[in-house]
Amino acid sequence: MTPMEKLEILTDAAKYDAACTSSGIDRKSGPGGIGNSTACGICHSFAADGRCISLLKVLFSNACIYDCEYCLNRRSNQTRRASFTPRELAELTIGFYRRNYIEGLFLSSGVIKNPDYTCEQLIETLRILREEYRFGGYIHAKAIPGADPLLLSRLGTLADRMSVNIELPSEASLHRLAPEKSRDSILRPMGLISGKIRENSTELVRYRHAPRFSPAGQSTQMIIGATPETDWQILRLTESLYQKYSLKRVFFSAYVPVNSTALLPPSNTKPPLLREHRLYQADWLLRFYGFSARELLDEEHPDFNPLIDPKCNWAIHHMEQFPVEINRAEYEMLLRVPGIGVKSARAILTARRSTALDFGDLKKLGVVLKRAQYFITCRGKALRGLYVTPDTALRNLITEQGRALLPGEQMEQLSFFDTPSLLDAKKAATLLPA
Amino acid sequence: MEKKNLAYRCDGSFHGILCCVYEIYTKKEFPACILTPESPATLYPEKWIETDKAHGERVWRSLPQKLGRQGARMVRDGYWTCVPEKELLLCRFIVKGYRYGPQISEMLADDTVNALRQALKHLYNEAHLFCGFARFSVQGQVMTGVITPKNRVLPLVKEHFCSRYPEEYFLLYDKTHREALMHQPGRGEIIPMEEFIPNAPDEVERNFRRLWKKFYDTVAIRERENPRCRMTHMPKRYWGDMTEFQEEETLVSPSLPPKEGANALPGAAR
Repeated sequence: MTPMEKLEILTDAAKYDAACTSSGIDRKSGPGGIGNSTACGICHSFAADGRCISLLKVLFSNACIYDCEYCLNRRSNQTRRASFTPRELAELTIGFYRRNYIEGLFLSSGVIKNPDYTCEQLIETLRILREEYRFGGYIHAKAIPGADPLLLSRLGTLADRMSVNIELPSEASLHRLAPEKSRDSILRPMGLISGKIRENSTELVRYRHAPRFSPAGQSTQMIIGATPETDWQILRLTESLYQKYSLKRVFFSAYVPVNSTALLPPSNTKPPLLREHRLYQADWLLRFYGFSARELLDEEHPDFNPLIDPKCNWAIHHMEQFPVEINRAEYEMLLRVPGIGVKSARAILTARRSTALDFGDLKKLGVVLKRAQYFITCRGKALRGLYVTPDTALRNLITEQGRALLPGEQMEQLSFFDTPSLLDAKKAATLLPA
Repeated sequence: MEKKNLAYRCDGSFHGILCCVYEIYTKKEFPACILTPESPATLYPEKWIETDKAHGERVWRSLPQKLGRQGARMVRDGYWTCVPEKELLLCRFIVKGYRYGPQISEMLADDTVNALRQALKHLYNEAHLFCGFARFSVQGQVMTGVITPKNRVLPLVKEHFCSRYPEEYFLLYDKTHREALMHQPGRGEIIPMEEFIPNAPDEVERNFRRLWKKFYDTVAIRERENPRCRMTHMPKRYWGDMTEFQEEETLVSPSLPPKEGANALPGAAR
């Protein structure tokens, strides 16, 4: 098999992994080596689906011994199988890296023979890169569930980031679709890695040259829409993963039908991209905006409103906390205003030291007034000529994606008496065309 | 300071602009516009500002003291931006900085400061993008690459690429501003260069380009295709120098300018 065919097969098999970030670590290249790493990460291209390409994302092998229902590489599928050799893959990585195609390598693999053997192959690939080529670029390695903890530790000292995919949001779904995996077999390596990272950080205090273990942290991903979990369950799981395992990122991957079995959604199902988008928005709110999962959703409201983003949704339901005076509000409260993000909130703090801000100034600072106007005052005054009822506010807050979902005539009908309130996610969903 | 119906013309260098500031302060006047040798004549009477290294240095030394380190950095980096009437904007910023002191860099709501900040944002963004979008070709010992940025990004990406390839001999050519970042182990510098024509790629290089294009095409998920999203993150003007967008024929020699009308890029001619 030619390298070209191998690359095609093993890229095709790896593309459903959502993570392609090269962030989290700053490093200069060592003497005689090649490659550095920047904390903010660098995108080298964008694929036709709009996703960033930062790393050479391939499987080491797709000859997997498992038979997970949702997976393209399941044992019982009739697909072409291929495996790299460690040296072949290392050379390809360096060749791409020199030409500035990539920031590094994202290496995952189907399980060949057994988890230990697979893990050894990954280790050998990374060893060649790190020791022979003195490669200082980014490496994201997938921990192989079930591999010996010693092997995982070795993998972690060679990689910058490690991840274990939690695959599906609940034990029951996992049992149904991936009977050979269990929640425990996934969480155990995850716990092992986060323990190692913690241990390593105290080691580093004592010995400066202690080998670093997965310095850019750990991430995971789960498939959205293949199983019946609600957004509330998914978001709560996400939150607890951040808290318990101090993960850097949780990725969501809208389910794309690759296999057709009775257990999965029918093969003409479109990937739930809007739902994935809303989950990412909520994920940002958890990580950077000081929200907790319970503030965004709860048992009574288990799903996100498809029409408006989670932050707007929260704000409309908490009108008693608004309007916020831009020139006095604290950072934490500014962050909760729709249309104000981390950058513009910081800019407001800086700019208001030298002058009292007005609506015109906010635009310069990057505030999206179209959304923020309903929730703020400047120097004690609301935007002139603004007349707000919750309904008008809401209608203006509906996102572009949400608007595309609403049929034209119904937008007209909404203005009078008998229409259901869009504030309710369930009712909003009934308005959407099936 | 009196506003005058007067145009300054300077040589357009960094020190040239600083000398305009010197002139503004010695003559207590503020010009209506500042021209460079390339800009066409205006209806204003013109005054040529000679670049005097000593005067420029004097203004430059005053910047960190008066405008603070951040303010001085904004001036220095502001020179690399491509904002229209950059010279006048920088002078305005410096004059304002002398008046308000180091807090100038925090006066985000001020129009002059905002204009400079937007220009800098454009510059920094573009520099960051080119750290990823630049493509190198390997020819024996040497690696070469060509970029076409709007801003002068080479000074900003220099450290990144020198740290990325410490043992390589490479050249990154900025076609827009006709300058090149040259690097050999231990030393990197930016030099003006009128023209640079890369050699035709050899078989090894062509093969890597094919592999990369294959990877690029394969990694996209067809069910999620989203051309608008791709274009937001990577506008088409960047595609020209990227090997993954070149067809097999142009793959052979990417340095050839695309033919008029028959552009090799898919859909590049809008």
